[in-house]
Amino acid sequence: MSTSEALSLVPKAAGKQTMKDFKSDQEVRWCPGCGDYAVLAAVQSFMPELGLARENVVFVSGIGCSSRFPYYMNTYGMHSIHGRAPAIATGLATSRRDLSVWVVTGDGDALSIGGNHLIHALRRNVNLKILLFNNRIYGLTKGQYSPTSETGKITKSTPMGSLEAPFNPVSLAIGAEASFVARTIDSDRKHLQSVLRAAADHPGTALVEIYQNCNIFNDGAFEALKDSTTSQEAVIRLEHGEPIRFGTKGVVRDAATGELAVIEVTEADEDRLLVHDAHAANPTTAFALSRLADPDTLHHTPIGILRDVVRPVYDTDMADQLDLAVTRQGAGDLAGLLAGTDTWTVP
Amino acid sequence: MTSQVSSPITAGTADEPHVVVDVLGEQRNPAKETRRLDRVIIRFAGDSGDGMQLTGDRFTSETASFGNDLSTLPNFPAEIRAPAGTLPGVSSFQLHFADHDILTPGDAPDVLVAMNPAALKANLGDLPRGAEIIVDTDEFTKRAMAKVGWPANPLEDGSLTAFAVHPVPLTTLTLEALKDSGLARKDAERAKNMFALGLLSWMYHRPTENTEAFLLRKFAKKPEIAAANVTAFRAGWNFGETTEDFAVSYEVAPASAAFPTGTYRNISGNLALSYGLIAAAKQSELPLFLGSYPITPASDILHELSRHKNFGVRTFQAEDEIAAIGAALGAAFGGALAVTTTSGPGVALKSETIGLAVSLELPLLVVDIQRGGPSTGLPTKTEQADLLQAMYGRNGEAPVPVIAPATAADCFSAALEAARIALTYRTPVFLLSDGYLANGSEPWRIPQIDELPDLRVEFASGPNHTAADGTEEFWPYLRDPQTLARPWAVPGTPGLEHRIGGIEKQDGTGNISYDPANHDLMVRTRQAKIDGIAVPDLEVDDPPPTSGGGTPSTSGGGTPSRARTLVLGWGSTYGPITAAVRRIRRSGGQVAQAHLRHLNPFPANLGKVLKDYDRVVVPEMNLGQLAHLLRAKYLVDARSFTQVTGLPFKAEQLAEAITAIMEESADVDV
Repeated sequence: MSTSEALSLVPKAAGKQTMKDFKSDQEVRWCPGCGDYAVLAAVQSFMPELGLARENVVFVSGIGCSSRFPYYMNTYGMHSIHGRAPAIATGLATSRRDLSVWVVTGDGDALSIGGNHLIHALRRNVNLKILLFNNRIYGLTKGQYSPTSETGKITKSTPMGSLEAPFNPVSLAIGAEASFVARTIDSDRKHLQSVLRAAADHPGTALVEIYQNCNIFNDGAFEALKDSTTSQEAVIRLEHGEPIRFGTKGVVRDAATGELAVIEVTEADEDRLLVHDAHAANPTTAFALSRLADPDTLHHTPIGILRDVVRPVYDTDMADQLDLAVTRQGAGDLAGLLAGTDTWTVP
Repeated sequence: MTSQVSSPITAGTADEPHVVVDVLGEQRNPAKETRRLDRVIIRFAGDSGDGMQLTGDRFTSETASFGNDLSTLPNFPAEIRAPAGTLPGVSSFQLHFADHDILTPGDAPDVLVAMNPAALKANLGDLPRGAEIIVDTDEFTKRAMAKVGWPANPLEDGSLTAFAVHPVPLTTLTLEALKDSGLARKDAERAKNMFALGLLSWMYHRPTENTEAFLLRKFAKKPEIAAANVTAFRAGWNFGETTEDFAVSYEVAPASAAFPTGTYRNISGNLALSYGLIAAAKQSELPLFLGSYPITPASDILHELSRHKNFGVRTFQAEDEIAAIGAALGAAFGGALAVTTTSGPGVALKSETIGLAVSLELPLLVVDIQRGGPSTGLPTKTEQADLLQAMYGRNGEAPVPVIAPATAADCFSAALEAARIALTYRTPVFLLSDGYLANGSEPWRIPQIDELPDLRVEFASGPNHTAADGTEEFWPYLRDPQTLARPWAVPGTPGLEHRIGGIEKQDGTGNISYDPANHDLMVRTRQAKIDGIAVPDLEVDDPPPTSGGGTPSTSGGGTPSRARTLVLGWGSTYGPITAAVRRIRRSGGQVAQAHLRHLNPFPANLGKVLKDYDRVVVPEMNLGQLAHLLRAKYLVDARSFTQVTGLPFKAEQLAEAITAIMEESADVDV
């Protein structure tokens, strides 16, 4: 996998680009202190690295705070309707393989109202890069619980606590046959950009979950992962080909049950540590890794690329079928089609 | 060549089916009488597993290639295989063919072919006195009759004396014909529909070569089945020729005078619509993209377009109706001729995205093959009850042009017209067909490619606005002063990067705007764009009376004036309405007729046309939706005549209803 393969049909920019080239003239209207600013800056400063012609980049979003994102990118963009961005982007990416198509969505947009489109986009493996901003709350509607909110969460619509179990977006994506699944954090620009780089390189659908702080309605939701004293315990940084270690701990497979476990690593355990294989064809271990995270405390949350495998890409295969049809049937002949085989003539 | 059926049929290998085909019917029994008819209505009816649709299709093809005018009405249950032998399981196919131009599948069958007691009972009520009934007597067992509530055999108890009944042991005869075929009884029995088809082909002098060739093609991989079907078909033909029960056969001459010069084929509405979409893509030089979710009765369009990938057609079977239109809209943003196909329940789900398309001002065809509603309703039956949904079924002021084809063949040009409006005005467009048009068929004069409209569009290629400081800019919502359409700037065009969305946009720049005056302007501008779409004037057919059945009324100048009653329809009621109007005129009545193809916007002269008549009658297969629109817009006392049976109007009933209103209006005037 290389940039040239995933983006081979997308024209390159003529000259060198800078972050400024990707800033639109529109005033950014998120709340001061919103995590979205950090993600926007990270994306804007990352795009020049791809070196794609700006006019061949498209951002498509749904509805929600994060879905305002396209307005701030000086590329083509569509701010669509609630939950439908993956469907709209699928049509665009499928019919225009010379475009680099990005979807920006949130936890409500992607996992609640648009859940069906998300799982089917992942299953089809259309050439889309989906950035899922997860703040575990409904922000634009002013603070109701979301499908990723923890059970018992007190919000405006759940004054006695939410009764629902949350989705783990990474687990969901792996279950939906995703070929690329990663998680990152708004405040860690370096990590975020490394994940974006891999996603852009990936042929097919890439899902990037970005933990994003809503400082108005759910402030500090990811503090456990950001605070330097607690993050050692909480964050599992995954690197392909490396043993999975964090702080004094590590991940091993229980020989008896096959399940993954977090242990205090002693010298004797070094050889037992699970080596992360993002390219494993079987998604079982990636799924098991995604389940290590505690949905309440966020302890043992893996970040990085959980899964990155090569699978047939929908739009490529569709284009191949069109070519094959021409080979088999010849280029379409309209007059022949309309006439069919059973005709009669009135003189 | 010899003519008799007893010619050898040899089945070859699976790879190379080989059948010696003789032509049936070159020599007919001279002892049998042949009568000439000007038109015939035949209905084939049986269990939904009896192959009645196939039988009807084949008879239709034979009839089309013979050159008759024709119109068909397939009618089948929503269940794939409803319980055998029951009334709800009956599937039928009605065909009307004639030596002159005809408009409907006919009110009442002259001939009913009933493959079992259920098929007879379900259709008996539609038969006029004297109709011929051909029944498979083998199926009239006690058990089968009990299933439909017949304690005694109607073939024997005298209850069918009003009809000319031909009792034929179709099953036994088919089995007998196939006794040497080596087929199991069950497989051999299945060929009885071809026996029936052969018999009817003899009765009506249909050409048979195409059906035999069709059977060989269809069962190319099962030569023994192909041979059995051809044998059964020939046995049926031969049965008619030899048995004394069928003393008369009928000829219906080709309708040469009814058709303008040209090359013709038979075509169903959904096929014509599919071809119209492919033609529109070709004529606009845009790639066709279909986003669709399977739904009756629209799925055939998805199937058909999926077969033509060599035209660059992309078909996307989405996870749901919403994704289907979403993908289409995404493709439209990318510069495709984008289409979504569905039926009423699907339109309900797509509403929000249609609203987005209105706001984005991108071309998009929304094809609604209407069926009986509300909710799941009658999936396989026809209705016109989505008109108001198409007009108004969205949040906010979201006007969408609406076009309705009048006949099955007309679906072709209606698709081109819908594409013209979508592409010219950058708007979603509704194309309202229905189940009757979708599945019915009629002869179609195949157009020459150079007769088709030029639908080419120009994408925006550069800046269209100069800022105060002299900078050249691109404004995505700067409109064409004539059409009010905005530029179509597709991704990949350098310098035109822009963002659009469902939030209200500032006039011109397209930037987000919550300004009250701007919203007022944008709402009115979007409405004005749709209202200003150029559509042809409505043509009225209002000839003076031809025979002396009543004195033509005269205007002040003493010249024969127009009729006093106008019948105005839209969509698939064209055939029945026109047939009804002809009946009234034949019996001396004077009535005007007009048919709306454009329902939004209406033709500019519609208001004047309506005011030219004392009475306006609007027949619809809903509870008066067009009448409602006419009353609201033109303050005219439009009179509804409605029917929601899931079936098209019958010309006779319609003629009676129109006549009643005409007479009532005459009374009022006196």
